[in-house]
Amino acid sequence: MKTNFKKIAKDGIISSNPTLKLVLGTCPTLALTTAAMNGIGMGLAVTFVLICSNILISLLRKAIPKQVRIPAFILIIATFVTIVRLALDYYLPDIYESLGLYLPLIVVNCIILARAESFASKNGVLASAADGLFMGIGFTLALTTMGAVREILGAGAIFGYKLWDFSIGFFSSSAGAFFTYAIFIVLFALITDSIAEKTKLAEKNNNGDFTKPIEEAK
Amino acid sequence: MAQFLMIIVSAVFINNFVVVQFLGICPFLGVSKDFKSALGMGLAVTFVMTLTCLITYPIYTFLLVPLKLEFMEIIVFIFIIASIVQMIEMVLKKFSPTLYNAMGIYLPLITTNCAVLGAAELVIDGGQMASLIGITAAQMNMGYAVLYGLFAGLGFTLAIVLMSGLREKIARSPIPKKLKGFPIAMLTATFIAMAFYVFTLI
Repeated sequence: MKTNFKKIAKDGIISSNPTLKLVLGTCPTLALTTAAMNGIGMGLAVTFVLICSNILISLLRKAIPKQVRIPAFILIIATFVTIVRLALDYYLPDIYESLGLYLPLIVVNCIILARAESFASKNGVLASAADGLFMGIGFTLALTTMGAVREILGAGAIFGYKLWDFSIGFFSSSAGAFFTYAIFIVLFALITDSIAEKTKLAEKNNNGDFTKPIEEAK
Repeated sequence: MAQFLMIIVSAVFINNFVVVQFLGICPFLGVSKDFKSALGMGLAVTFVMTLTCLITYPIYTFLLVPLKLEFMEIIVFIFIIASIVQMIEMVLKKFSPTLYNAMGIYLPLITTNCAVLGAAELVIDGGQMASLIGITAAQMNMGYAVLYGLFAGLGFTLAIVLMSGLREKIARSPIPKKLKGFPIAMLTATFIAMAFYVFTLI
């Protein structure tokens, strides 16, 4: 069977974006989006763990007994998180510091366990790796955009560069985190819904006479 | 005594696990639709968290550190938590079926609750404890670790119960369709977080 990479990519980034559509992995999203750089750091760490654990779980999917699959998944994920943690501590101590407590907590990030359970344990290695990659990209993009918005509004800076002196403290507080996340979910749903409606309408028109106005096509 | 009070105020209010440190957001949003299940979830988390700190703290300090196996902490901790949850489930099922019926469905969820692993990671981190409850690494001992786990769990319970009260009211109000579900829950949480912000001014 040919793997549909285009669909996997679209699922991961848009139609089932882990952060904005499925609302998984909320803890690091809320805690680390005070700055755009944190979003990239956390996003890449999660992406790495996602790809590796998806590949390994997909390879072992026939060997792991069904009854003990969850502990087995958690062990695999914990191993990769330990690797990421040691590597970041050694090579990028600044990012290690800023992610702090949330780095070991990647183990219990629901996105990774959810993908292991619903995708990697049922699909081939290549498809699982692609799924991990695109889910990770979707997560990273969402975190970085939210981080950028909160950093611009809350600190008047972007990626650590000062833009102006004006800032709204609310957005860097914990209340601002919940508020920004809520607004992002709503906006994302509005945008994706309107795009989906447009493509539906376009398909409808293409089926019939292309030149007919929309009302008549109905 | 002052230390004791400091732990309570810090863990429950100033550095509330849910709305200030963002730990355990999944159950906070997922199991807060009605008061009863919110209270059940909160107490189950508190119980597991206290037990976890009671077990992980000595294992880390007296086993992993002397053996220079600190890097194994994540794997060791998650297995301890998973076993504690499994054990509580079995004990409850055998000795207290009523309590099992009340708490049982939340127990499996707790293994992957980041609040529990978060508490285990916090109490072994000297720097974090010093900034959170003002106890230096040298003063830190098992008593403080367990107390912190207990009161952090109670802070979680407080937040999730407050949230459930608000959501029960909101469920009966007309909300725009696009805001239903997670967005309105997050907006509700915004106001709880604003209320807790007052405590950080202490």
